Amino acid sequence: MPETKKFLYVNRKAPYGTIYALEALEVVLIGAAFEQDVSLAFLDDGVYQLTKGQDTKAVGMKNFSPTYKALGDYDVNKIYVEQESLDARGLSLDDLLPLTWEDEDDDWAEKDSIKVISATEMAQIMEQSDIVLSF
Amino acid sequence: MSQLHTVNKSPLDRHALASAIRHAVKGSAILMIEDGVYGAMQGTQKSDMVSHAMDDISFYVMGPDLEARGINEARIIDGIKVVDYSGFVALVAEHDTTQSWL
Amino acid sequence: MALEVGGKSIATDEEGYLENRDEWDMEVAKAIAVAENLEMSDNHWEVVNFLREYYDEYQIAPAVRVLTKAIGKKLGKDKGNSKYLYELFPYGPAKQACKIAGLPKPTGCV
Repeated sequence: MPETKKFLYVNRKAPYGTIYALEALEVVLIGAAFEQDVSLAFLDDGVYQLTKGQDTKAVGMKNFSPTYKALGDYDVNKIYVEQESLDARGLSLDDLLPLTWEDEDDDWAEKDSIKVISATEMAQIMEQSDIVLSF
Repeated sequence: MSQLHTVNKSPLDRHALASAIRHAVKGSAILMIEDGVYGAMQGTQKSDMVSHAMDDISFYVMGPDLEARGINEARIIDGIKVVDYSGFVALVAEHDTTQSWL
Repeated sequence: MALEVGGKSIATDEEGYLENRDEWDMEVAKAIAVAENLEMSDNHWEVVNFLREYYDEYQIAPAVRVLTKAIGKKLGKDKGNSKYLYELFPYGPAKQACKIAGLPKPTGCV
């Protein structure tokens, strides 16, 4: 049994102005095949990636926000969103996509993936990760 | 002489909007595009900065960029006008010069 | 590269995936299947349709592990296993079935 490492993907950019958000999402989905302990952090402008109601038809770009809802299928279900970053942007949990996962060990009960946490708690999660990948 | 300033960066990530506001003279216009449209939202740390500048500067925001980012027009700061691509062209034509705050 | 279907030319990439997902229909799917040496049965269509629905909802083609689990949940354990899916699509359920479904190459398919 190879050792499982704690991976943390840190997302700090808004979704469409730069390629970081989409690249991070693709890396997470590809990396999910390696069955490591994966967490995602959304802070600063990264919280904009998870907002509901994105519609890119008029700008001619791919709307990749529905793909975040597939993360649960890929066993990526620890998604941390920083409270201070939401507050600074006039956002709350209600503005974010409802991301869920199904717990195989609990009769496939649907559970929330998103946890809104403070900057202090976020710092702890960063501190406790073996590998931090920043986008 | 009147100038159109375009801002395409999020005001919570960069200082482009703050600089544009500081350098836009009375009677000029600021158009928020791409990630700049986050500057048009109510209730952010930067909303007051925009509201206070509205006496002297006209503010516009790109509708398609708002839609892409899931920002409902109901959450836009009062007084900012939403434009589409032809509105963008009209603004450029109406002003003598355009400056991009990147 | 291109695929000839009913007098129309459908553009594909060098691996045979459709360039434009909107050009897909059942005739196009059958033509891709022929090129892959597959005869489409109801069981093949079930997987292909499942993939198209998954793409519509999530905007990605699922990795084979995700596909297997999701098929099992929707269509039952006897279909949600790699033996069944590889029998239908010998070159890989995700890769080959996605191609026939007119979808891009799966994300996270190693």
